[in-house]
Amino acid sequence: MEATFRITGLRKAFGPIRVLNDVALDLCSGEVTVLMGANGAGKSTLVKIMSGVHRLDAGEMTLGGVRYHPASPAEAIRAGVVTVHQNINDGVVAALDVAANLTLDRLSGKGAPLFYNPRRVRREAKAVAARLDLDIDLGASIADLSLADRQMVAIARAMAHEPKVMILDEPTSSLSSAEANRLFAVIDRLRQHGVAILYITHRMSDIRRVADRIVSLRDGSISGVFETKPLDYEGAVNAMLGRAMHLVAVDVKEATHPVFEANDLRLSDQSRPFSMVLGAGEVVAVTGLVGVGKTLLAETLFGLRRPLAGTMRLRGEAYAPTSTAEAIEKGVFLVAKDRAESGIVGDFNIYKNISLPFLERFSRLGVSRRGAERAVAREQIDRLSIVCRSERDDMSTLSGGNQQKVMVARWMAQPASLFILDEPFQGVDIAARRDIASKLRASAAGRTTLLFLTELDEALETADRILVMSEHTIVGEHRNEGLDMDRLLAQVAGEPMRGAA
Amino acid sequence: MADTAIRFGFLALLAGLIAFFSVSAPGFLSPQSAVFIFQSVAITGILALGVTATLVVGGFDLSIGSVATSSMMAAAYAMVVLEQNALVAVLFCLAIGALVGLVNGIIIVYMRVPDLLATLGMMFLLVGLQRIPTEGRSIAAGMTMPDGSTAAGTFSPAFLALGRHRFDFFLPNLLPVSVVVLLVLALLIWFFLEYTRFGRMMYAVGSNERAAELAGAPVKAYKIWAYVISGIFASIGGILLAARLGRGDIASGNNLLLDAVAAALIGFAVLGAAKPNAFGTAIGALFVGVLLQGLTMMNAPYYTQDFVKGAVLVVALVFTFALSNRSRR
Repeated sequence: MEATFRITGLRKAFGPIRVLNDVALDLCSGEVTVLMGANGAGKSTLVKIMSGVHRLDAGEMTLGGVRYHPASPAEAIRAGVVTVHQNINDGVVAALDVAANLTLDRLSGKGAPLFYNPRRVRREAKAVAARLDLDIDLGASIADLSLADRQMVAIARAMAHEPKVMILDEPTSSLSSAEANRLFAVIDRLRQHGVAILYITHRMSDIRRVADRIVSLRDGSISGVFETKPLDYEGAVNAMLGRAMHLVAVDVKEATHPVFEANDLRLSDQSRPFSMVLGAGEVVAVTGLVGVGKTLLAETLFGLRRPLAGTMRLRGEAYAPTSTAEAIEKGVFLVAKDRAESGIVGDFNIYKNISLPFLERFSRLGVSRRGAERAVAREQIDRLSIVCRSERDDMSTLSGGNQQKVMVARWMAQPASLFILDEPFQGVDIAARRDIASKLRASAAGRTTLLFLTELDEALETADRILVMSEHTIVGEHRNEGLDMDRLLAQVAGEPMRGAA
Repeated sequence: MADTAIRFGFLALLAGLIAFFSVSAPGFLSPQSAVFIFQSVAITGILALGVTATLVVGGFDLSIGSVATSSMMAAAYAMVVLEQNALVAVLFCLAIGALVGLVNGIIIVYMRVPDLLATLGMMFLLVGLQRIPTEGRSIAAGMTMPDGSTAAGTFSPAFLALGRHRFDFFLPNLLPVSVVVLLVLALLIWFFLEYTRFGRMMYAVGSNERAAELAGAPVKAYKIWAYVISGIFASIGGILLAARLGRGDIASGNNLLLDAVAAALIGFAVLGAAKPNAFGTAIGALFVGVLLQGLTMMNAPYYTQDFVKGAVLVVALVFTFALSNRSRR
């Protein structure tokens, strides 16, 4: 098939750093092309060039056979190349209702009528929504919508431009599985409309669901194009990382003695109580869909909320923390979900971020000892191979994977009894993820490491034992050695089960 | 290059300004003139250092000006009407500052009133409250009380010394108490914010409250303490004001809030910090003082002063937000 959108010989450098090298990419009408690449491979630069944010240094882009070199995002949109950004709220105006959002571009474009006519807007919005079969109340305010619904509105709004090419930049990164499924349905519809789609993602499950073709990007060059069905997913991952990436089998370890016990814990009103025992030296992954209570459990263990019923014991003593400070004092650490929001202190450099929870231990008479802080930070940078110039670098200069390593380093700097990590691999490229996982496993002796992971692959790669959560309770337990995948998946999917062991 | 410009630009500007005035305004480069500059910014500087603490935790305190004037009135009332000694008057003022700060903090932290609104309300309340005991009159020794009697107390000499005594420093009778207090408080708050773990945690709270909480910090307590610090600093400013004036003047202190906030915000630009910092605040206050003193000595009319301050503030803010953010990207 003739390509709708074609890139040949594209080059881009920022100062001395070459970001993209001789990139060639074809997008065909009615096809979803998935672009895979580790963090820093040049994905976002490519997207920004396509959407008119950056200019290319050399090479050619054509759209429908015509030269396409947009000078601004507005020009790109006019030409028919529309981008839906990763940050969903960039695509919608929270203060307006759905109808106004869907027709926003007509409100301000050329020839827009002077007066705002709600009836006309509603009529036009209805037409826009109908194209994608959107089932959203047009009168609802954006602020009341879920992230998924906002995403749909942003996409529907983009569709109003009659795009030839649509770029979706990690569209599922903040959606639950059910929400993602709705997104995929919309993508199928876009495909039927003959839109050429470039879909950027880290998630294997997304790729399996939507990809017609896979293009792998590595270090600024295309390292593989996969278009014969069935698609070679492993090959694509290989091409992206440049090494064989099978699921690494874990050398499963047994716990030596119990560290943490929960008895008849109840997290929410309707949920069944559950018990669990976590032992020293083992890495336990709690997996389950988004919204089944994983974060709730993590927060309960960390003293951010109280369980409705049940008791916890840590190293044989009753454990009922009423604050995060108390949990930390007792050796329960949490690397929280969503590092930008709840982990990184943006005004602080690396070493100040690392020392944050244990400042008291780095202080004498209240005065912090920077030398000691920096020494520990340097040690951690070394230990976790964090890529940076020095421990005084700003967090904003680090890649996502390295930022996450700093978040882990913050808590690894001190010995823990129960080390909890909530979605530690979110927005982290696979290489960094492997790195973090192997460091977690290597340092696991003497403590219990508890991971909360939505992606099953991640759990299979890192844990000795996998617990499955569903409806705010634990419904299954598996040793990560010849485990019964069908049964595990059934438990994740919420099949009625007997209580956990 | 751009980094250096952002880092040292403001200090270079200050040095240039001093050099310029030294050449063009005879007498500018003298110890007396320098002390006068410090004295002119002492009270606003102290208030600015206090408000810096609230800016650090991501808040704001609009009530500092009225805390200072309330404290001034309270000092006068304690001595003139209640016939107390200097120590009692000072403690009374400090207590008022701490109490107002505590109330501000509680309203903001526990009742979730946005900081600007809460402290705006507090400002209004205090402006009115300080007039009630004397039915709107200024307080001076021998004043007539609302019931027709004459107030029996006077400003104690020890208290007045806070405003009028000068320490010998190289030259006899050079350094006023207010300047010494300013320097001591500036050093204290600078050390506190930069080098103690409490200061560090306050910065963490201001930068990412959620992260600070998850790192075990008692976020609410830190925020409330910031307002208490701000209140106490403002009340110290008020004590010095009362000591300088020798009366409780209801008409004075109008400019305190704006001048102090301006100094703290100018401080963002110093050393390219782009965030509240005590050193910057002190330099910011000094910068305004130098500029005004120089212009006055060059016979610029007094009514241009606010314009000059405003212009400096706008330039400093542009410097902070436009330039430093661009280079960081």
